[in-house]
Amino acid sequence: MDAVHEVLGRSALVSLTATAIALALGVPLGTWLALAPRRGRAALATVVNTGMAIPTVVVGLVVALLLWRSGPLGELELIYTLRGMIIAQVLIATPLIAGITMAGLQALPPELADQLRALGANTPQLVVRLWIEARVPLLAAAMAGFGHAISEVGSATIVGGNIHGQTQVMTTSIVEQVGRGDFGDALVYAAILLALAFAINALLTSVQQRAAAWARS
Amino acid sequence: MRCTIVALLTVTAALTLPVCGDEESGSGDNGRTILATTTSTQDSGLLDELLPRFEKESGCSVKTVAVGSGEALELGENGDAEVLLVHSPEAEEEYMQGGHGTSRKAVMHNDFVVVGPGDDPAKIKGMSSAAEAFGRIAKAEALYASRADESGTYTKELSLWEAAGVEPGGSWYVETGQGMGETLTIASQKQAYTLSDRGTYLATENLDLELLVEGGKDLLNRYHVIVVKGEGVNRACAQEFSDWITSPAIQREIGRFGVKQFGEPLFVADADG
Repeated sequence: MDAVHEVLGRSALVSLTATAIALALGVPLGTWLALAPRRGRAALATVVNTGMAIPTVVVGLVVALLLWRSGPLGELELIYTLRGMIIAQVLIATPLIAGITMAGLQALPPELADQLRALGANTPQLVVRLWIEARVPLLAAAMAGFGHAISEVGSATIVGGNIHGQTQVMTTSIVEQVGRGDFGDALVYAAILLALAFAINALLTSVQQRAAAWARS
Repeated sequence: MRCTIVALLTVTAALTLPVCGDEESGSGDNGRTILATTTSTQDSGLLDELLPRFEKESGCSVKTVAVGSGEALELGENGDAEVLLVHSPEAEEEYMQGGHGTSRKAVMHNDFVVVGPGDDPAKIKGMSSAAEAFGRIAKAEALYASRADESGTYTKELSLWEAAGVEPGGSWYVETGQGMGETLTIASQKQAYTLSDRGTYLATENLDLELLVEGGKDLLNRYHVIVVKGEGVNRACAQEFSDWITSPAIQREIGRFGVKQFGEPLFVADADG
């Protein structure tokens, strides 16, 4: 077993990186889905909404099959690495972030976009303005994406392999401790993992609530 | 949109129903006896063959929990399982001395094998002593995938390192903390050596590993059935299971298990009958 701060650091590194990448992919995707003409987006929106509920083990399985030595991407040697785990968590968090972004932008008054256009805003200006208006749900999207990534164990086990000193993270370590009958340590790790999730969410929530207060004033 | 929702709900319901039905039929009049066993027993497929027959003959309903030997013994100690099928002789003796079991009987044994990559960088193929093979692996610093859990297999591995006079560690020593099947898969993907029970090695699919060392005296794996101390209907079923699995008919069955699928038996029956 590794020291707890190493495992915790690995969990934070993997999930924060994955959330950042998922934000970079998911927010534009959700924005496009909210603004694109209805006909093109219906099918993709359903895919994104399904993705919000996709079991993490399924993502893990598919990513592992791709990354295995015999798989199509085997030569990249990403199986049982942190980078492989990040790829899987990006796939898990992106649909959530895209879905919540889409819902958040669609909840804005529909005439807002037309008014901005009438005032002469080009598309980038329009999108930035809408993001500012929808900052509260956008932060909720970030929290949901991070929460899903840090708490998942399915893909972390299959793609990461829980290798001590390399890819062991908090969730896989808890599963391992339970497997060894070491419920006491498992509870301690669980509490530490919750504390990390709490700290990061507390930060995001304070930003979000300040943003919400600013919107009301 | 409403149609889609109805369709989705129908599909979900259809997928859920058989499972629910299964749950109900599983809990017979005798309640549910919990059998805690090791992941390697579960992975070999032996219980899938034996348990339905036991349930039919005894009227008992058995739920299997596959965990490491360490957790299996712990489940017994806490009264969360009524009967144990495990292979950690030293831990088992300690368990019995602690007064947590009413009986412990030999059931069967299989053997451990050392498997590894076909190109065999540590040159251990065909060696007769596992401890010596382990010494070479350490000397060559060839990748080794260790269970590093509380399984009987890991206990065995540690005793082999000790016999080889090696304290394993370093970048060549990969600790997975997982079950045998997962560890074999990781060894295969990383082209590492590992110690496995023969059954799980044969039963795990898609492995790119070769059997390199087998048959050594230091590679034997003994299974015992332990009835956990306690009372009630489930305990009666536990006693019945212990008697049943050590009965001559079932012992013959165990000795034959695996021949059809793998061309050789996975276990040797050990009970006196």
